[in-house]
Amino acid sequence: MAGSPIVIVGAGQGGMQAAASLRDAGFDGPVTLVGAEPQPPYDRPPLSKQYLNGEVDAAALALRTPAFYQNQDIDLRVDTRVAGIDRANAAVVLDSGARLPYERLILATGSIPRRLPVPGADHPGVLVLRTLAQARVLRDRLAAPRRVVVIGAGFTGLEVAAAARSAGHEVTVIEALDRVLARAVSVPVSEHVTRLHRGRGVDIRFGRQVETIEGEADGPLRAVRLAGGESVPADLVVVGIGVVPDTALAAEAGLAVANGVVVDAYLRTSDPAIHAIGDCALFPSPFADDPLRLESVQNAVDQAKCAAEFIAKDGLAARPYSAVPWFWTDQYSDKLQIAGITTGHDRTELAGDPEQGRFSVHCFRGERLVGVESINRPAEHIKARRQLAAAGTLAGAV
Amino acid sequence: MATITYRHPDGSTTVLDVPSGSNVMRGALANGVDGIEGECGGDGICATCHVYIEQCPVAFPPVDENEDELLDCTASPRRDNSRLSCQLPITDELSTLVVLLPEKQV
Repeated sequence: MAGSPIVIVGAGQGGMQAAASLRDAGFDGPVTLVGAEPQPPYDRPPLSKQYLNGEVDAAALALRTPAFYQNQDIDLRVDTRVAGIDRANAAVVLDSGARLPYERLILATGSIPRRLPVPGADHPGVLVLRTLAQARVLRDRLAAPRRVVVIGAGFTGLEVAAAARSAGHEVTVIEALDRVLARAVSVPVSEHVTRLHRGRGVDIRFGRQVETIEGEADGPLRAVRLAGGESVPADLVVVGIGVVPDTALAAEAGLAVANGVVVDAYLRTSDPAIHAIGDCALFPSPFADDPLRLESVQNAVDQAKCAAEFIAKDGLAARPYSAVPWFWTDQYSDKLQIAGITTGHDRTELAGDPEQGRFSVHCFRGERLVGVESINRPAEHIKARRQLAAAGTLAGAV
Repeated sequence: MATITYRHPDGSTTVLDVPSGSNVMRGALANGVDGIEGECGGDGICATCHVYIEQCPVAFPPVDENEDELLDCTASPRRDNSRLSCQLPITDELSTLVVLLPEKQV
């Protein structure tokens, strides 16, 4: 493939890794990495953790130095939006009208925060957290004492709640379901995380629907009004109700799209010249019965490596994507780690002692171990990953 | 700022100037040095930034309980001079440092 240009759309963790891994795999043709955000690829997880609580600044988040892109001959185009994909002529069309011809295209477009569909959600006091620019706004607003209402008890919402509460703000979390992280973790882990937050003084309210967000049109927020009439005073609202895959370019280009850009085991879309990786890709996995779409650093990085190797070797001796999914979140000083895909388990086994704040939940479907959730037991997590990898290899070989 | 020598298992070396405020893992990742994965980005949970400290003129923060647990799970054997490089901050006091990278991280 020497000499054939490769274009990567999306300069997040996955896009950057794809570019780097193409070079690692010996690809020496042109590589262009296109990103809509103004800064070079940066580390996103700290935005809701160490960046928000002031432990690290923006400069420390850069994934690679500027010299790296130069040395690796990666044409990094930040602040650059893509208008469309001209598949017939194998070119990416930029907003500026410029065209980037490709032999292979990698879509690493990521995901977009889900918007809250209620009146008042567009008030400037209502924030979401996905990008560095959004994190900067949130960090600035948290410089003065606030009554913060977090809508959604998912990973991002709870990390924001933890950071805000640790900084002394009054924090209320509104969740539609009956427990935190309900779609992601088992009941014992939910209960532990709820205890952590309530122990720190966060007011968590379950089973609540937001009806409106009230505030002055050009002034401060007043309150979040819930179905049933309850009203929660608020100076600042952070919406963390999940993300949707950014599939717009793929869909407009006529690629197969469902809850994500549909790819095969080699991460190829319905057009074999186009791969999709990371948050935006819906892929078959040995760790789940149905196609998966995962929002994690691990998934972005490992899929980038897989796609890059496939492309650099032109599909020769290609290996299907089979990395063990894993994920982590920091809640105050506690670390929650998940290995495997634990959703859809029908039985759990507890190891360790929740009272001591160090335990693991082994999640089974039938006889099969599908994943392990660990609180403050990093060694257990690593063991679980190795165990799942071995089992996954066996399953794949059958 | 510190001048860090990353020694690879094959005998080759990479020498980098890494700014104060960074750490030994981030210095390697930011410059694309092979041999340090840093899968968790420095959160101290994955044990894929393992190094052996060969020469260090200053004392780093001691190994805490979490790092100790992780060092027992590294892909290459733990030795007395094993550390997770995300736990090794670059400070103004540190001028030079030599670390050996392990055979494997994962």
